[in-house]
Amino acid sequence: MTETNLDGPAAAPPGLTRRQIYEAQIRRRSLRVAATSTVLVLLALIVLIPLAPGWEGVKKSFFNADVFARTFPGLLEAFLLDVAIFAWSAPLIFLLGLLIALCRDARSPALYPLRLFGILYTDIFRGVPVILVIYLIGFGIPGLGLPRPWNSPYIWGTVALVLTYAAYVAEVLRSGIESIHQSQRAAAASLGLSHSDTMRFVVLPQAIRRVVPANMNLFIALQKDVALLSFIGPVEIFRQAGVYKSLLANFTPYVGAALIFLAVTIPATRYADYLMNKQARARS
Amino acid sequence: MAKLELQSVTKCFGDNVVCRGIDLRIDEGEMVCLIGASGSGKSTLLRCMNLLEPVDDGVILLDDIDIAEPGFDPQPVRQRIGIVFQSFNLFPHMTAVENVMLAPRRVHNRSREALLPEVTELFTRFGLADRMQHYPDQLSGGQQQRVAIVRALAMKPEIMLFDEITSALDPELVGEVLDVLRTLREAGMTMVLATHEMGFARELADKVCFLDNGVILEEGPPEQLFSNPKQERTRSFLARVL
Repeated sequence: MTETNLDGPAAAPPGLTRRQIYEAQIRRRSLRVAATSTVLVLLALIVLIPLAPGWEGVKKSFFNADVFARTFPGLLEAFLLDVAIFAWSAPLIFLLGLLIALCRDARSPALYPLRLFGILYTDIFRGVPVILVIYLIGFGIPGLGLPRPWNSPYIWGTVALVLTYAAYVAEVLRSGIESIHQSQRAAAASLGLSHSDTMRFVVLPQAIRRVVPANMNLFIALQKDVALLSFIGPVEIFRQAGVYKSLLANFTPYVGAALIFLAVTIPATRYADYLMNKQARARS
Repeated sequence: MAKLELQSVTKCFGDNVVCRGIDLRIDEGEMVCLIGASGSGKSTLLRCMNLLEPVDDGVILLDDIDIAEPGFDPQPVRQRIGIVFQSFNLFPHMTAVENVMLAPRRVHNRSREALLPEVTELFTRFGLADRMQHYPDQLSGGQQQRVAIVRALAMKPEIMLFDEITSALDPELVGEVLDVLRTLREAGMTMVLATHEMGFARELADKVCFLDNGVILEEGPPEQLFSNPKQERTRSFLARVL
């Protein structure tokens, strides 16, 4: 009886259910449709863009292979400064952010000034554009006439970034702290743990883990915003690209700089998404 | 002398009066079971006993000292009165053994090395010797609840409170947790349980209290309360659950 069934129209290959076969069909069809529409759109772009009247000029000034090859190594080298500024800002941002988050969580009346400070801090630094903070601090503080090296735009530019991003990190951490269920604090309290021990050993370790993806996104934004420091002096990649632009009268270095940023930020973004998905799955 | 004595304890959440004047006496080495429908105030009463919830009015005497006094420091009391929750509340980022050691390390300032022998002994006693290095999510519900009990015991409490600790467990896991309570009972631990396990209460309790709408409507030895309840409400409750 079973043998005759195998020859029937609904016969399934071994190991696949009818549902799986159906779903495989749907998948194949979706893939075909997606591929066709993507190819059509790309073809349209390739055909239509060069028809624009200014295309020849744009090609020469933005996509000049010769300029690209000459400036790319220099841009890469300048990018190292961005990486360095990022590398020493990131831990400082995390520490300051943590401190501010803890300030906002302070419960005892004696610590009320800290709490007030935390609130004002996050309000002010989240409310002002980064570039303004960089200008005010980067030009303002060296204007005090401090001796070398304390008048360096590297230092004060970094400080501006740290102050601004710490406010965002603090808010993210605080949301993490508040997301830890009350029962965890109750369990800690029932064991006789003090408030500070409860925060340090029970709440914070869980909260920090929970907001890793959100913080990743902030740090990706930071990596890009390092370029804003170019406005107050440091010759990092954006500034270097500007120098090349003026020397060669060509915008291609900017495209090169954008590509370098993308090479860093896209993998980082994907990784953050991956972490976030993993967490969402773990919690559901 | 009573180990723990409650006198007209009152507790409200906003307009909702959860405990309305509860009197209860728990003697050293006694096991007292609180029974009653959900919302009758059992859990709240337990949480008041170790000051997880501040009481609004009334007196709680622990060795004749009023711990319900407003402004009384709850921390030392909680070290003497352990509680185990329905939902385990283990710390998910720590292994079982770290969960157990955290409070003794921080509160009693003892090192991991000094604690390890006695903690290992506790784990072994409750059949968890091979689970010490596991994280809570690698343990079954029954194992998690037993770790939670070990965690409370590691503080060497004088009284243990159990808040419906088998209610969140699959039926086949209830037994292993009740066995732990049996062991503790034999060791002479003073215990207060909020529970729906009537058979267990009947078998082991010294005293059973029926709570209804925030008051202890009836209390007595289990044989009497289960076989011959005086109150109509107790009778109808028992008829529904037994």
